[in-house]
Amino acid sequence: MLQGFKHSTRWHVSVWFIASALLCLPFADLGIYSYDPWSELGRLLGGVLQPTMSDWSEVAQATIQTFAFALLGVGIGSVCGFALALVFHWRWVRVLCALLRAVHELFWALILMQIFGLHPLTGLLALAIPYTATFAKVYAEILEEGGAPALATLSPNTTALSAFLYTRLPDLWSHIKTYTAYRMECGLRSSAVLGFVGLPTLGYSLSSAFMQGQYAQVWGLLLLFYLLIATMPYWLKPKFVALSLVIAPFVIDNDQALSMDNVVRFFTQDIIPAPILQGGSFFELWSWLTELWLQQAWPGIINTLLLSQMALVLTGVLSLLLFPLISRYFFKRLGRTAGHVFLVVMRSTPEYILAFILLLLWGPSMLPAVVALALHNAGIIGHLLGRYSNELQLRADVSRGVNTYSYELLPRVYGQFLAFLFYRWEVIFRETAILGILGIATLGFYIDSAIQEVRIDRAMVLILITALLNVVIDSFARWLRRRLQLNSAIEVR
Amino acid sequence: MSDAPLIQLQRAQLAYQGCVVLSDINLCVNAGERIALVGRSGSGKSSLLRLVHEQAAQYLAVALVPQDEGLVNALSVYHNVYMGQLAAHPSWYNLLNLLRPFPSRVKEVKHVLSRVKLLEKCFEPSAQLSGGQRQRTAVARALYQGGDLLLADEPVSAVDEQQAQHILTTLSETFPSSIIALHDTELALRYCDRIIGLEAGRIVLDQPSHMLSAAKLSALYDHSSS
Repeated sequence: MLQGFKHSTRWHVSVWFIASALLCLPFADLGIYSYDPWSELGRLLGGVLQPTMSDWSEVAQATIQTFAFALLGVGIGSVCGFALALVFHWRWVRVLCALLRAVHELFWALILMQIFGLHPLTGLLALAIPYTATFAKVYAEILEEGGAPALATLSPNTTALSAFLYTRLPDLWSHIKTYTAYRMECGLRSSAVLGFVGLPTLGYSLSSAFMQGQYAQVWGLLLLFYLLIATMPYWLKPKFVALSLVIAPFVIDNDQALSMDNVVRFFTQDIIPAPILQGGSFFELWSWLTELWLQQAWPGIINTLLLSQMALVLTGVLSLLLFPLISRYFFKRLGRTAGHVFLVVMRSTPEYILAFILLLLWGPSMLPAVVALALHNAGIIGHLLGRYSNELQLRADVSRGVNTYSYELLPRVYGQFLAFLFYRWEVIFRETAILGILGIATLGFYIDSAIQEVRIDRAMVLILITALLNVVIDSFARWLRRRLQLNSAIEVR
Repeated sequence: MSDAPLIQLQRAQLAYQGCVVLSDINLCVNAGERIALVGRSGSGKSSLLRLVHEQAAQYLAVALVPQDEGLVNALSVYHNVYMGQLAAHPSWYNLLNLLRPFPSRVKEVKHVLSRVKLLEKCFEPSAQLSGGQRQRTAVARALYQGGDLLLADEPVSAVDEQQAQHILTTLSETFPSSIIALHDTELALRYCDRIIGLEAGRIVLDQPSHMLSAAKLSALYDHSSS
């Protein structure tokens, strides 16, 4: 009967992904360990009814710091990234950027703290380094796009710089501006999260409010943060940014002095594997490495892969369920507005903060991490899919409800959906590793513990392993996208 | 020196990705000649212009009006026309001019724009122009660039008859020599002194205008005759 019927490659890939996540389930610890999770959740949600700011000047100070760090970090990143984008065809630049990008800004902060302590340089570089690498890659992709018909009309004596400024940059400028503004939003989130490791940004106030169980204060801070991000289109104007960039360096708080001894010690002692530093034999170095691999790296890798795979698939399922919330084919204006608010809140809350909240409620297992990662990323992908589905023009006599969803919309958005999801894959992996800092046994847990024990040499090896894995996943996702012929849209990242 | 031809092509060939688009091209262009390229679309006019441009740009000051106008959509008409003189200024000067036009340059560009009757569009973004206005912007850029030789690919296909005549007159006043692809055979005969006809990538006609008539030329466009 079904002779000749065939499932598409996309179908097979989807089935494999779901199967892989189901296979992960028995090996993952998904329990709830807190004594009374639901009353704690009730108290947290109760806080939203009466958000307060106990200390206005402290909150204002934290907001200004968050903003200043984000602006300078993203600013430096975009300028350096642009310079690198111009030479992105050099292989070593590409490889270097891939590695720098693969290390999460919180790991950068943990490393840099060993060098500069709590000096502002730690926060600035923790943002600027990975952002430079990301900007370089995306700017290079944007620059590749522009065909330049005007180039042929120029006199051959025109300098390369003038030719670039007049024939290529103008048409690409709006892409560059849009992407840079989007990264500024990411920068605000990253800057806030850096507070969790001790920098004076919003994350610092947030984590202390959480620790003390002051949920009214928590909501005050979160609402302020959402407001900051939601109003971005209104205040992120060229003149304001230029002015702020000039002021920002003078605003950033600093009561720390740089210690040259620290810098020297970091490079000459801290990061050198202990056996080498103590003049041990090659055999000792080998056993140091195998011990590190067997006891920390391997379990860390397994847990990170398990968790990120489950989070990826749950993200996919949630995105497909959530995007109709903002689709004009399912909800009227009022319903869509509510959907928008929900998705904006989900994607504006950094996964680190979501995981932090859920961990406090449910106790340390993989469950809060999976849910946090899936909610945040589904917020992003659901928003993009919903927007994409609203641009589709369906015929007038189209069916309704579930039929529209399954026959009209899903087949049309599925290619985009997979493209978005595969773009987020390496982001999800990087975040999964980071969530280890919160106590889940992913790679970040072992890295954080090594740093707590001042075994920076071990931490560096583990960070390098994390970065390499991230690069591998990124290349695999790219290969899959090409294989499935999914179009690559720039706005996704 | 002045007797040497501007362009000399012998048995030239052009191929894109293994597909031959021009073959056996013998062409000699002397200073002061005004040449019209005629032939059906796809006969190789644009390709021949490209071939000539590649060679001539190495030793002549050549101004080019490509068929797709070659405008930068995100820039104003002023900046697009100014691009004709990019090579005449250092990069830092061009950069400043991009941020805020220099009044002296604006005056020059406005003068050129008035010659193609586009003065009122000077600071409009070129993305908002009509087809005819885009063509006139491209022509203005070539006029502002100036040079020994003009290479133009259908520079008046989107403007009305009267404007077409005005533009071709202006171009002949500015450039001592020119090669222009034109599908309008009457214009070709009136504004050029030598006609080169192309068909299927080969030169099938090369005669002075005064020896040709519009009726004879239209044969090149007619499928039934050969």
